[in-house]
Amino acid sequence: MRRVLRSIGRATAAAVRLVRTAAGDDAYERYLTHRAVTHAHTGPALSRRAFYEERERAKWSGVTRCC
Amino acid sequence: MTKIGGVILAVAAAVALAGMALHRHEPINALWIVTAAVCVYALGYRFYGAWVAARVLAVDPSRATPAERYDNGRDFVPTHRWIAFGHHFAAIAGPGPLVGPTLAAQFGYLPGTLWILAGAVFGGCVQDMTILLLSTRRDGRSLGQMARDELGPLGGFAALIGTLLIMILLIAVLGLVVVNAMKHSPWSTATIFATVPVALLVGVHLRRLRPGRILEASGIGVALVLLAVLGGGWIDHHEALRRLFDWPSLPLAGFVIGYGWIAAILPVWLLLAPRDYLSTFLKLGTVALLAIAIVLLHPQIKMPALTSFTDGHGPIFGGKIFPFLFITIACGAVSGFHALVASGTTPKLIASESDVRLIGYGSMMLESFVAVMAMIAATLLDPGVFFAINTGAGVVGSAPAAAVHTISSWGFPVTVQQMQALAHQMGETTLFARTGGAPSLAVGMASIFGSTFGRGLLGLWYHFAIMFEAVFILSTLDAGTRVGRFMLQDLRGHVYAPLGRTSWYPSVLISSALVVGGWGYFLYVGVIDPNGGVNILWPLFGIANQMLAAIALSVATGILVKSGRARYAWVTLLPLAWLAIVTTDAAWQKVASADPRIGLIAAAHALAQHLAAGALPAQAAAVAPQLIFNQRLDAWLTAVFTAVLWLVILDMARVCVRKLRGLPVPASSEAPYRRARLQPIALAGNFPEEGST
Repeated sequence: MRRVLRSIGRATAAAVRLVRTAAGDDAYERYLTHRAVTHAHTGPALSRRAFYEERERAKWSGVTRCC
Repeated sequence: MTKIGGVILAVAAAVALAGMALHRHEPINALWIVTAAVCVYALGYRFYGAWVAARVLAVDPSRATPAERYDNGRDFVPTHRWIAFGHHFAAIAGPGPLVGPTLAAQFGYLPGTLWILAGAVFGGCVQDMTILLLSTRRDGRSLGQMARDELGPLGGFAALIGTLLIMILLIAVLGLVVVNAMKHSPWSTATIFATVPVALLVGVHLRRLRPGRILEASGIGVALVLLAVLGGGWIDHHEALRRLFDWPSLPLAGFVIGYGWIAAILPVWLLLAPRDYLSTFLKLGTVALLAIAIVLLHPQIKMPALTSFTDGHGPIFGGKIFPFLFITIACGAVSGFHALVASGTTPKLIASESDVRLIGYGSMMLESFVAVMAMIAATLLDPGVFFAINTGAGVVGSAPAAAVHTISSWGFPVTVQQMQALAHQMGETTLFARTGGAPSLAVGMASIFGSTFGRGLLGLWYHFAIMFEAVFILSTLDAGTRVGRFMLQDLRGHVYAPLGRTSWYPSVLISSALVVGGWGYFLYVGVIDPNGGVNILWPLFGIANQMLAAIALSVATGILVKSGRARYAWVTLLPLAWLAIVTTDAAWQKVASADPRIGLIAAAHALAQHLAAGALPAQAAAVAPQLIFNQRLDAWLTAVFTAVLWLVILDMARVCVRKLRGLPVPASSEAPYRRARLQPIALAGNFPEEGST
């Protein structure tokens, strides 16, 4: 019983992670991880707000929606 | 194993297609269409798509993509192919595949469905995948840049002009669809108005309160717009309040135009971005729900396979099945607009070249399936009801008794009582002459959802469907106006430098006003047109969209020939030839046909004669000069589209001939090869929540 519950819990957590990734909800966490892993950056990391604002600006300066 | 699977699929597709085509005089079940579609897509993806990717495009998984080479964790991010698929599908799927098939259902369910399937598998999917790969190999350059680099300045300029014009026509026709859905419908109007403050609230939440919490903010927003549907119903039952939201189409068009201008000059985060999150979640949710409901309910298709309107006297739009079916259904079969999304945003997410088949070919298949579902939703209605909703008052008269008489005389019986009962069920005062496709789609969707998930809630489902269409039509309207503005600023920057600065506020105000004025004009004329306006604007938009597809396919063909793969160039050349033929033929008829139901000049001439003879009622005479001017303008516009189309094709042919003769051609703009080192990406990474990093 406990094993079933645990696997349901794991599946739910995986589903939540998937939805977060698909929606771009974890983009900032990804960005921080990327910086930590690659070390190829200069200057301090963007704040969550600055990161989100820049992402939005980049997204809406081209054709991103269609008929 | 895959061979056996392929044979089974082929047999299933053949049986389903034959079933669809041979059930001529009895209603068929929608499941035949769904089965045929799914089998055709599976075959197309597994065999043709795979072959094009491997042989024609020479997809090379060992080659590093721009996402890997420029990986900055921000806009260039190697992304799991299913996540990139989701983003790309959300970007290409708009209201187009819902409206086109609904209008084209006047020919019967069969021609439109066959074109949606064949057009997607051999045209649209190939175009999307090819442009996606070519742009990925060129650091994510846009279609216009690729046209300029690979063909020359002429191609680049044509792509820019084409994109600007298509944007203006698209927004005008979509605005018209929304206006026609809100016309004298307090419930729809109140609900759609309410989505604006909801979007603002979500925007403030995302920017100020909890930056970047997209799921949380969108969850709140979706709940609120669902409440807005309920609230609209409550207002509709409230005698005094409902009068506040009961408007004719002209002031509603004014509202849409004003909204478009304000939305384009407000910062992105306040209205556009949050509305887009809402519309994306609603879109994906509704498409999934519709697919489930169609399979569960498996309704009967009541429209005949072919109607007599294939000969050209159709009431929704004039013109024979060839070529007009092929420009009416653009999105869902081949849509040039997709080439703009496939070059630019999506290539920055591609982790490996081997993903382009799923993301490019696969997303277009799903979009095509949305078009098939729209066709099912339109054709499961009683044909009489379908024509009563979609035919303008200019064709059947504004009196219900006259309209049902005319429509019944076409062989599609319908009664005033039937229409009244239906309107009452849907919570509307009337459903006559609600042109534009949205109301009839909403009636179709409401019948599917209502029968599957609860019959008593038809009015709620109807207005949910209207709200769903309006939310993403309005977000296309915001985003399109903004893109048009950027392009206009880019063009005018050559004249006076400050005008080209995208953030200089006077330039923002003026450019936005020019773009809004452009589509606002067409929207205004569409609203005053007694035939509903969609019958003129939609073919024009279709011609423009197919012209853009032809430009994209020309660029692709030119690059294939230049890179020494001329023997495979037929893969893009055949759809290009088909589009060039249908678009040119349709454009020719729109300009030169002597039948005023088709030819724009003939229509202007006929109206001018009626006006001069004093044969028009006062109301029609008042707007006639504007309609005459507009029909002439539209004829010129059509001629311009055709000229641009052939300029690009000839430019491409010039480059190809030079290449084949060994003469110098513009150098390839492909980025140099670098070996991919990227590890496979997890579908969903385990990233710690805020605070722990």
